[in-house]
Amino acid sequence: MQNEWPLWEVFIRGQHGLSHRHVGSLHAADAEGAIKNARDVYTRRNEGVSIWVVEARQIAASSPGDKGPFYEPANDKVYRHPGFFDIPDDAGAM
Amino acid sequence: MYAQMIRSTGSKVKTPEEMDPQERAFQERIDAGGKIEPRDWMPEGYRRTLIRQIGQHAHSEIVGQLPEGNWITRAPTLERKAILLAKVQDEAGHGLYLYCAAETLGVSRDELTRDLLSGKMKYSSIFNYPTLTWADMGAVGWLVDGAAIMNQVPLQRTSYGPYARAMVRICKEESFHQRQGFDIMMKMANGTKEQRAMAQDALDRFWYPSLMMFGPSDENSVHSAQNMAWKIKMNTNDELRQKFVDQTVPQAEFLGLTVPDADLKWNEERGHYDFSEPDWDEFFEVLAGNGPCSADRMEARNKAWDDGAWVREGLLAHAEKKKSRAVAAE
Amino acid sequence: MSDPLFEFLCRMGDNTLVLGHRVSEWCGVAPVLEEDIALANTALDLIGQTTLWLNLAGEVEGAGRDADALAFRRDVREFRNLLLVEQPNGDFGRTIMRQFLFDAWHRACLSALCESTHDGIAAIAEKSLKEVTYHLERASDTVIGLGDGTDESHARMQTALDRLWPFVGEMFTGDDVDKAMTSAGIAPDPASLRPAFDEKVTDVLTNATLTPPESDFAHRGGKTGKRHSEHLGHLLTQMQWLQRAYPDATW
Repeated sequence: MQNEWPLWEVFIRGQHGLSHRHVGSLHAADAEGAIKNARDVYTRRNEGVSIWVVEARQIAASSPGDKGPFYEPANDKVYRHPGFFDIPDDAGAM
Repeated sequence: MYAQMIRSTGSKVKTPEEMDPQERAFQERIDAGGKIEPRDWMPEGYRRTLIRQIGQHAHSEIVGQLPEGNWITRAPTLERKAILLAKVQDEAGHGLYLYCAAETLGVSRDELTRDLLSGKMKYSSIFNYPTLTWADMGAVGWLVDGAAIMNQVPLQRTSYGPYARAMVRICKEESFHQRQGFDIMMKMANGTKEQRAMAQDALDRFWYPSLMMFGPSDENSVHSAQNMAWKIKMNTNDELRQKFVDQTVPQAEFLGLTVPDADLKWNEERGHYDFSEPDWDEFFEVLAGNGPCSADRMEARNKAWDDGAWVREGLLAHAEKKKSRAVAAE
Repeated sequence: MSDPLFEFLCRMGDNTLVLGHRVSEWCGVAPVLEEDIALANTALDLIGQTTLWLNLAGEVEGAGRDADALAFRRDVREFRNLLLVEQPNGDFGRTIMRQFLFDAWHRACLSALCESTHDGIAAIAEKSLKEVTYHLERASDTVIGLGDGTDESHARMQTALDRLWPFVGEMFTGDDVDKAMTSAGIAPDPASLRPAFDEKVTDVLTNATLTPPESDFAHRGGKTGKRHSEHLGHLLTQMQWLQRAYPDATW
């Protein structure tokens, strides 16, 4: 379809002073939309303090990196974390 | 599983001697635990099988929003509402990550979506079953997410880099999903008489559909053998199903609920539970689009897509106007 | 009039409760995945704010009710939300327009509440303001994008604006509860929020090429609870059903 939103690559800088890191991709109509979508999609667990987006087709690449994304717990959505649920040991691994 | 009955290519797995040098190097890289990245050479069959598998997995996440979304507006407390909404939102996120992984293989999200909406591509059979009581929110988290995790954890080591990375992110986020489901089950199983009855009923209805998620036995399947050689499938369906049963039966006992299988018993010799097979005729019917909610699910997805067209087009048109205004101003 | 502070807190909490519920209805069926996720974030923020407002309301009331008791066990007549937020979602355009109009008021209101003489209220306002500032930014961009998009998106957004405009005035209409709050330094006079609202709304609507209706006619009766729309009852029927059907159960 011609009217598909372009694909953007998302880079996020976490709270530990590390450089921006590629965390994934998303679709958006323009750069402003991409930044807002990145905020909503990729920082649901307080992962970052700064976002870069770049349209995927603008990237010149040799070979992609191999490292998985890194997470920070959100402050007030504790239920996203397994430790929030108190499962008795007798229930077995989960 | 979220990806079921994934066809691969060829009539048998090639031996190294039968492969051309490029293909042999590719296979050796996988055998050595290396990752394949989007720009690397790959056999066409590998690429196409991955698109089918990742696409079906993504579709399952998106359609999978519906049975649980069915209860967001009826969640019984503010906290339960927030938890359920966050969980269903995560599923949208997981679908998004997976579509992006598939897009690195040269297919667009819209193309995949069209194939879902036309019925050409499938999604997991499990999401064609109805969620009828609040206990079903427990059962879906506990059993359905529990079964999904069995498959998704090993897939973090799959050979295709973008898929493996999506699975790493998904597994991290999923870890709360099964636990929130079990948490609901505990409340229900220890609650009033009506709540206990709902909990048992939910287990009764979701037990066999959960076992079906792993797909029929594939020990003799050429497709399965090829996919395992390519490390886009990490275990046989039977291995994962057994693991799921072994893990889940004690949990049901802990809840004081009865697994709806009269022949279920611990086999000391095997060190595993023996259990009854689900009704595979039902499975094939559901996969073919004849599940209890299949028509409803497809209708809901089609409606969402059609109703959203003007929004997607509108925002894109605005972006283009902005761009040309910026050019004109230069 | 019951305790004005309790009334005021119910107004704040019922707004976020009812709007959060409405927005959550989009989960799984939004126009695009990214929007689905963003709407859920908005709903989650509003549900979180509801818990804070209504727990405080329960404390102030001192009758042993918590946020859940207030959310799930009151009937239409006891709800104090604005008529705007109980309006049905309609198409995506109407949902976003409703969000934008509410956010513009909400942000102005919370900014003022950060200066409240009531510490508990100031604390909730401060936390909520960060979330709502983002809601307003996102909704503004979407209103502009769709208003100044295609002919169809423009027409739909204008229709949404025309339809919702009669619910704007209620946000700025004061009564005895507001007077009591204002004189205690707890909350702002609703009328005082209008300039900030007008400034933002005019700016966004201009960029969106949309025109607000000439008439400032305003429906009333939501925040006082005197006359809600028919829609609220249906919303509550769904939201409260489990709690009402199984009153002895815990969840």
